[in-house]
Amino acid sequence: MAHGPAQGIRRWLYTTNHKDIGTLYLWFSFAMFLLGGVFALVIRAELFEPGMQIVEPEFFNQMTTMHGLVMVFGAVMPAFVGLANWMVPLMIGAPDMALPRMNNWSFWILPFAFAMLSSTLFMDGGAPNFGWTFYAPLSTTYAPPSVTFFIFAVHIMGASSIMGAINIIATIVNLRAPGMSYMKMPLFVWTWLITAFLLIAVMPVLAAVVTMMLFDIHFGTSFFNAAGGGDPVMFQHIFWFFGHPEVYIMILPAFGVVSAIIPTFARKSLFGYSSMVYATAAIAFLSFVVWAHHMFTVGMPLAGEMAFMYMTMLIAVPTGVKVFNWVATMFKGSMTFETPMLFSVAFVILFTIGGFSGLMLAIAPADFQYHDTYFVVAHFHYVLVPGAIFSITAGVYYWLPKWCGNMYNETLGKVHFWTAFIGLNVTFFPMHFAGLSGMPRRIPDYNMMFADWNMISTVGAFLFGAAQILFLFNVIATIRSKRPASDEVWDRPEGLEWTLPSPAPYHTFTKPPPLS
Amino acid sequence: MSLSANSTKTLVLKLLAGALLMFGFAVFVMPPIYDLFCEITGLNGKTGERYQALPAAIDTSRQIKVQFIATNNETMPWVFKPSQQQIYVHPGEEVEVRYFAHNPTGRDMVAQAIPSVVPFKAAEYFHKTECFCFNSQALKAGQSADMALRFIVDPDVAKTVNTITLSYTLFDITAVTEG
Repeated sequence: MAHGPAQGIRRWLYTTNHKDIGTLYLWFSFAMFLLGGVFALVIRAELFEPGMQIVEPEFFNQMTTMHGLVMVFGAVMPAFVGLANWMVPLMIGAPDMALPRMNNWSFWILPFAFAMLSSTLFMDGGAPNFGWTFYAPLSTTYAPPSVTFFIFAVHIMGASSIMGAINIIATIVNLRAPGMSYMKMPLFVWTWLITAFLLIAVMPVLAAVVTMMLFDIHFGTSFFNAAGGGDPVMFQHIFWFFGHPEVYIMILPAFGVVSAIIPTFARKSLFGYSSMVYATAAIAFLSFVVWAHHMFTVGMPLAGEMAFMYMTMLIAVPTGVKVFNWVATMFKGSMTFETPMLFSVAFVILFTIGGFSGLMLAIAPADFQYHDTYFVVAHFHYVLVPGAIFSITAGVYYWLPKWCGNMYNETLGKVHFWTAFIGLNVTFFPMHFAGLSGMPRRIPDYNMMFADWNMISTVGAFLFGAAQILFLFNVIATIRSKRPASDEVWDRPEGLEWTLPSPAPYHTFTKPPPLS
Repeated sequence: MSLSANSTKTLVLKLLAGALLMFGFAVFVMPPIYDLFCEITGLNGKTGERYQALPAAIDTSRQIKVQFIATNNETMPWVFKPSQQQIYVHPGEEVEVRYFAHNPTGRDMVAQAIPSVVPFKAAEYFHKTECFCFNSQALKAGQSADMALRFIVDPDVAKTVNTITLSYTLFDITAVTEG
């Protein structure tokens, strides 16, 4: 046991090894990604043509809700925690995570949370159907009985995230190799450190808001019930006080991943390292003071609309710093376009498009037109899919040779990229137009005038789904292949992880690496 | 190594305390702050509790139109309406109006009326000295009631306010009071 993993299933159940746990997180998140993807395809299949075709409206609402919940809490967040588990100790020269047993626990409660959440699909009254934002009173007075299972599932996910965040902070603060000062840490480590603080600040707020729902539903309190002196609008305030930092939790580690990849394939150091760190911190700070831009239409006084509008627009400044830094890193670089780089360049371009539609939504008077339309759906899918998902994919292709010791097939990687890239844009770009012409979100049927855009979106969605099957195939084929990767894998990449042999041994940096 | 283990323990405890603090903040601090904020700014048109009438000069130079709206929440079956649609009042003057409620069902019910005032900036200047909304209303099957509302519009209300709309939403709270 002391010198290697246990055999069989016990290795995975009992493991306290950061690489094993990282692998578990990544596979789990991929499984959830496919599950959430199936929900998305049900939605898109129903919307292929106007009129009711495949599912009942009630089930359609369950699909939109479950798709959002599974993708946010099951796919994107655990995938980033998985990357952090694998890479943070390797990047800072630590032997493992600071709290290995808690690490095991924080992973293994997740499958239970999602088993519980998924089981609601088979319950009387069906799964939660109130959207992933679960606004009260839709999620309290009018919720299906399964809402209680949803609440406990969210509690478990929150506990898992908080433990993961504590572990990451403890690792970064205490286990850096001698000489690895904060301003020498790779940007992925920096972005995760800041993300972990965001998680500790807002996941308890999410836990609190579902707890208040629980009390309203079962114990007669009236936090969100107007008849008892509560206020449903307060739900939205508390939810978005969690929800807005949450969207940065899903994107900051992505910034870190592409900040690792772009310099490697541009063969230049990252432009403006310290400004990247400060920009990340600024975005994290601002994320706490913009929440009400999600609720411009609830009836806020003009001063409130203006304050939240300007604060929201201010976020474009540090985000712009980042985008320009990535472009400046590529500028006059000796660029090559291997699969991780393709995903990263696409990230920069498409995330910026998502950012611009975000700026349009930030304009309060214009938001009255866009609110709850497909324009919003297009916006947040443009920041989450080519943002979070593409960066995770890029990270997997970039580090997979280090993880499993084999090189992936470049041609298949590029086929995956182009299928995903085309599929994504065909799916989500038409949603801008559908939304601007007035198509509301979360509806199973729609006016004839939106038929063309929806048909195109659905075709793209199935293409994007097919691309993910190819991704799964590529990863498995790489693990089983016989084409060993070199220790450096890429052309003189920066970072401690590349000083290790490929595949990375089970225990690494048991002695801190010497740093120049 | 023991130094590092100790500092890890301290750090973890601090971070855990931070998480617990944020939970407590969301449950115990955010809702009261929200209420306080709404009360100060008049947001959501929330009106205050029972007002102790102070002798104040009646501003006969101004007249403000006060409109009354009564709404039943979702499936609430009661008949619920104001005795008059609107009245004109002078700021500082105490006025009484009446609302009519009737329970047409065959069962005893309890209702709660929740007030809301627009414009929001008038909410804190709309004082109720007597209101059926201070208590829940119980009506037996088929019973009717005339319910009183006495109010004063504060003379300090902004000059731009010419119309104040007071809306009541009636909620069925029978299940809660029985439980």
